[in-house]
Amino acid sequence: MSALVTKSLVKRFGGVLATDHVSLTVEAHELHAVIGPNGAGKSTLIGQLAGEIVSDEGSVHLLGQDVTRLNTHQRARLGLARTYQITQLAKEFSALDNVLLAVNARAGHKAHNFQFWHNAHDDQDAMQRADAALATVGLTSMRNTLVATMAHGEQRQLEIAMALATEPRLLLLDEPLAGMSQGESAAMIALLKSLKGRYPMLLVEHDMEAVFALADRVSVLVYGRIIATGTPDNIRSNREVRAAYLGEEMP
Amino acid sequence: MKFFPQPIVWSSPRTVTAIVVLALLAMLPIIAAAFDASYYVSLTTRILIYALAAIGLNLILGFGGMVSLGHAMYVLLGAYAVAIPASHGVTSGFTQLAIAISSTALLAAGVGAVSLRTTGIAFIMITLAFAQMLFFGAVSLKDYGGDDGLTVAARSSFGAFDLSNNVTLYYAAFIAVLVALYLSWRAVLSPFGLVLRGSKANARRAIALGHPIFQYQLVAYIASAVVCAVAGVLLANLTLFASPSYGAWTVSGELIVIVILGGLGTVFGPVVGAIILLALEEALPTLIEHVLPDYKSNWMLLLGLFIFVVALVLKHGVFGSLKSRSP
Ligand SMILES: Nc1ncnc2c1ncn2[C@@H]1O[C@H](COP(=O)(O)OP(=O)(O)OP(=O)(O)O)[C@@H](O)[C@H]1O
Ligand SMILES: [Mg+2]
Repeated sequence: MSALVTKSLVKRFGGVLATDHVSLTVEAHELHAVIGPNGAGKSTLIGQLAGEIVSDEGSVHLLGQDVTRLNTHQRARLGLARTYQITQLAKEFSALDNVLLAVNARAGHKAHNFQFWHNAHDDQDAMQRADAALATVGLTSMRNTLVATMAHGEQRQLEIAMALATEPRLLLLDEPLAGMSQGESAAMIALLKSLKGRYPMLLVEHDMEAVFALADRVSVLVYGRIIATGTPDNIRSNREVRAAYLGEEMP
Repeated sequence: MKFFPQPIVWSSPRTVTAIVVLALLAMLPIIAAAFDASYYVSLTTRILIYALAAIGLNLILGFGGMVSLGHAMYVLLGAYAVAIPASHGVTSGFTQLAIAISSTALLAAGVGAVSLRTTGIAFIMITLAFAQMLFFGAVSLKDYGGDDGLTVAARSSFGAFDLSNNVTLYYAAFIAVLVALYLSWRAVLSPFGLVLRGSKANARRAIALGHPIFQYQLVAYIASAVVCAVAGVLLANLTLFASPSYGAWTVSGELIVIVILGGLGTVFGPVVGAIILLALEEALPTLIEHVLPDYKSNWMLLLGLFIFVVALVLKHGVFGSLKSRSP
């Protein structure tokens, strides 16, 4: 069963057709990358998949289930997790509390947190899961650090940790390498490599080298439209793609 | 089971401050009696009642980021839940509390369900609008004093003991504050509190993780309203009076100032904020009368100046600026 299937998704912002009948699939275990120039509609597409942006037309199926009419938190509870191009964290929380917030919303976990008495930190099981998520992204030493005082690269890693802590069945990653130094980038690429195969992933990324190294398949989005989908080799040699990327480096 | 929801750091300035303040409050009636200054008992009862209401407001303002400019309406409701039954001879505190809490929970559920659809300025304006409606609703109660309000013939009685003694009333308010502090401390650190604080810190992320934050905000809103209603019950007992002015928007504003003055997002901040604001409101007019008699009527200006300075110098309020790792 495919992890994600979209059919003919459309989103208009006034006159702008930000998403133009996008149909794509993410298979189980697949890392599907979406590339495209600035303003192509990549973040809009992720927003539509997550439910933050309401689609004008089309459908979204998550693990065989039609989620088109579900709202954001319902989709998340079914196992959809996303990260943001512009970091979205609880800045006045510690790194631990950020992932703990995610663990307490994990897919398949009880539907609510209407418990008022016990300290959230006394839930040993949740704490172990939170620590595991921090360890996966290499932030164990930052466990009790306030997010506001963390470096940009560390905050980007925490973005991923939060998504992982929800124990997702599908990961949508919006430019995880955005704004990272070379060293941080290398670490993030290694992390994504280690996650590949464990989670189906839709990866939006500008860094072509990373995309071609990681992706099983690549879709190219231009002006809201998918102009090509194929293996990295396929895409690299596609003439239309080369035309769309004229002026940009194409490895 | 541990009594405290988190380990106490005894050496932290916040812990020390909280303990000293609570100890002084616990002994105040005894001290006042020793100095034959019973006036201070009722003044401090008033402070405790404002502290209680502010603890309630703090639940949503400090931990949920919801700026309600209408919480005095629940104080009003609590006061009328004492005054109206009392005017019909019902002086049972249990009955009055039950009326106050149930009517407040109902009203808050409705008001919350509507206002929480909005955020920011719109939320402020909607909560204000609801409070104004209740204010004028109380004014229109001609049988119950209209805009003059109504006096309460007798203080509430709780079975064996009643609140007619000023010191009893004081300790009732003090215990209410202790209970509210303890419960809010637990709630803030609980899984519920984590989601509520998460929705304040980053609502978008909290939703994307899978938290239906509207439900959390609504529950917190109702709880915070109920605490304010209990404060209203105590206030009517203290003043033996209930009037629409208890629900004036300026009172809602005062509660916000108390919470901010004490320190947003701290459990104990509202107590400190209430003490500072009400003590200043009490002391400044006399102080100015002695020092600058010509400016007697301008004491509010000085108060405003003080709040302004605190806001500028101590970004996290008076209590919130004391060092500590925990909320
Ligand atoms: N809320 C909005 N209102 C109006 N227009 C929008 C909105 N969000 C996005 N757009 C427009 O939709 C188009 C797609 O934007 P989007 O952010 O999805 O692009 P992107 O591919 O993620 O770009 P980037 O690589 O810069 O992140 C752009 O033309 C943008 O200006
Ligand atoms: Mg984008």
